[in-house]
Amino acid sequence: MTTNSRMQRRFAALKDENRAALVTFTTAGDPNYEHSLNTLLGLPGAGADVIELGMPFTDPMADGAAIQLGSQRALANGQNMVKTLQMVRELRKQDQDTPLVLMGYYNPIYRYGVDTFLKEAADAGVDGLIVVDLPPEHDDELCVPAAAVGIHFIRLATPTTDAKRLPGVLANTSGFLYYVSSTGVTGAAAPTPEKVQREVEVIRAHTDIPIGVGFGIRTPEQAARIAQFADGVVVGSALVDCIAGAQTPEAGTAAVLSLVSELSSAIRTAR
Amino acid sequence: MSTDTSLRQGPDASGFFGRFGGRFVAETLMPLILELQDEYERAKQDPAFHAELETLRKDYVGRQTPLYLAERLTEALGGAKIYLKREDLNHTGAHKINNCLGQILLAKRMGKKRIIAETGAGMHGVATATVAARFGMECVIYMGSTDIHRQQPNVQRMKLLGATVIPVTSGTGTLKDAMNEALRDWVTNVDDTFYIIGTVAGPHPYPALVRDFQAVIGEETREQMLEKEGRLPDTLLACIGGGSNAMGLFHPFLDDTSVKMIGVEAGGEGLDKRHAASLKGGEPGVLHGNRTFLLQSDDGQIQDAHSISAGLDYPGIGPEHAWLHDINRVEYVAVTDDEALEGFKALCKLEGIIPALESAHAIAYVQKLAPTLPKDHIIVINLSGRGDKDMATVTEHLAAELAE
Ligand SMILES: Cc1ncc(COP(=O)(O)O)c(C=O)c1O
Repeated sequence: MTTNSRMQRRFAALKDENRAALVTFTTAGDPNYEHSLNTLLGLPGAGADVIELGMPFTDPMADGAAIQLGSQRALANGQNMVKTLQMVRELRKQDQDTPLVLMGYYNPIYRYGVDTFLKEAADAGVDGLIVVDLPPEHDDELCVPAAAVGIHFIRLATPTTDAKRLPGVLANTSGFLYYVSSTGVTGAAAPTPEKVQREVEVIRAHTDIPIGVGFGIRTPEQAARIAQFADGVVVGSALVDCIAGAQTPEAGTAAVLSLVSELSSAIRTAR
Repeated sequence: MSTDTSLRQGPDASGFFGRFGGRFVAETLMPLILELQDEYERAKQDPAFHAELETLRKDYVGRQTPLYLAERLTEALGGAKIYLKREDLNHTGAHKINNCLGQILLAKRMGKKRIIAETGAGMHGVATATVAARFGMECVIYMGSTDIHRQQPNVQRMKLLGATVIPVTSGTGTLKDAMNEALRDWVTNVDDTFYIIGTVAGPHPYPALVRDFQAVIGEETREQMLEKEGRLPDTLLACIGGGSNAMGLFHPFLDDTSVKMIGVEAGGEGLDKRHAASLKGGEPGVLHGNRTFLLQSDDGQIQDAHSISAGLDYPGIGPEHAWLHDINRVEYVAVTDDEALEGFKALCKLEGIIPALESAHAIAYVQKLAPTLPKDHIIVINLSGRGDKDMATVTEHLAAELAE
């Protein structure tokens, strides 16, 4: 793995600024290709420091209603892996600095062909992958091959990741570690920040890589509180809800970017 | 047969049968399935566990189930001699309870208080609600809204047994969607909840432990056949949804090279139209914790299955079947909805047995197969369940005939 990737540069720069990264999640193709591309292209300007782009899947087993519906909207409008990779290329035409992570489930990648997928993703400018249903036990499938082409494999740690499992979870993780603050699916309520902070401190004792915290963070206030101790704050369902609740796709893009700006200002003044 | 060539050794330590199986789950669930695996290994070594299971099988479920010579069906088809393994006579009306008993004993050992399950036809839901009542545990069943509509009697039974039935509307509202929702419940309630998966699918160790609990079907069949005929059967036949009743019958015979095995998938409207035949019409992929054959698009999106029978309406198949298909040990075929209805009618009229629509798929295939075989060829069909639950579906399809 390279020691000076776009992801590492971004987290290092934010550390110098003494602030957390705002990590945004939206689903590629939600509600359709054109408008989700507009949203994506607007994210860096609105204040997203790291972008997670969801690869839609019919059976998102770890996601709550909001992200399930986002996936369904995208698929109903013809989103597929080819188009998702094309969106990354479009972003890279205008932004060379914001790390982009593709997030989703293994089957669409497996079906695309792991080698082809990794090659095209690296060429397109993908910096990292989060694949929910690939625990460390299956590192051979995608994590190790991804590292070989310079793509970070970002793993989730959860409240059930005990001291016995943590070293295994951290072993091939790079870029950042995503701490899922609650058991449950995306969109569920967040536990108290005090509890999350304690858990993050336990993990910090085992690793130097940045720790992002997500699941259940919706408002600028919540984001600011988490940003006091975490290296990154992930917001997903709240942004996807902006798209679901909008009268028109244009209004959806505007609502996402406006919430991102608010979250970003809150995080910048958190510490 | 020497141990290194035995086909009954799988899965390996990582949960693989050849290239199929595995533990493709979110990190939140990993500690749980590892804990389940450890507990299952301990239970296997514990005589008290086996003794309790044995007593419940005998006195609560009514095992062993008969191996019944279907004389009139045999005569009507004019070929091979046909036996039915009567899993329909189990308490709750299907083979599903064999597995539920084993799993609830594991739940008890692990100190879990809350049981969840997915169900398609409702037979697994009923069996789960039954054992939960028997052991005084809270029970939540996820069932697709389409299935709730077509399997009403089972929904009422589950409620009577004290279970909460939660309708699942995502996707087509069938079994795969119910399984997604059960998995979502499980990642949320990791501390107190035990997930009783209903078939030989899901992350390791489920395919292995469900198979082991269902293998009583094949073990009894072997014993009963030796008693009745003094030899092993020539062909075993079973319908396949996820594949648990088939695996239960097949597994004890896998090393007996003289025994041919055929799994019957749901061909729906035909393999060129909507169907649920994952092996005949699918491609390898990863879903619900394991790699197996799946109905899916070129983009890796899971496609909705279709079958007249809710219990076969699943776009995947257990990983051990996918492997047995790879190595050509088991043959897999498909029969259509219409053929299954013909099989259903035949068993009603010829034997006075109303089969589950799932099991009727195996009957439909024997109608094609038996006439081509000599009279001394012995076939055993796993009659996985009874058909009371299917009266509404069958009445709808056979309205004209029944009105006469
Ligand atoms: C009577 C009956 N047979 C068969 C099945 C299919 O499951 P499996 O393939 O796991 O035996 C079901 C599932 O609901 C069923 O109720």
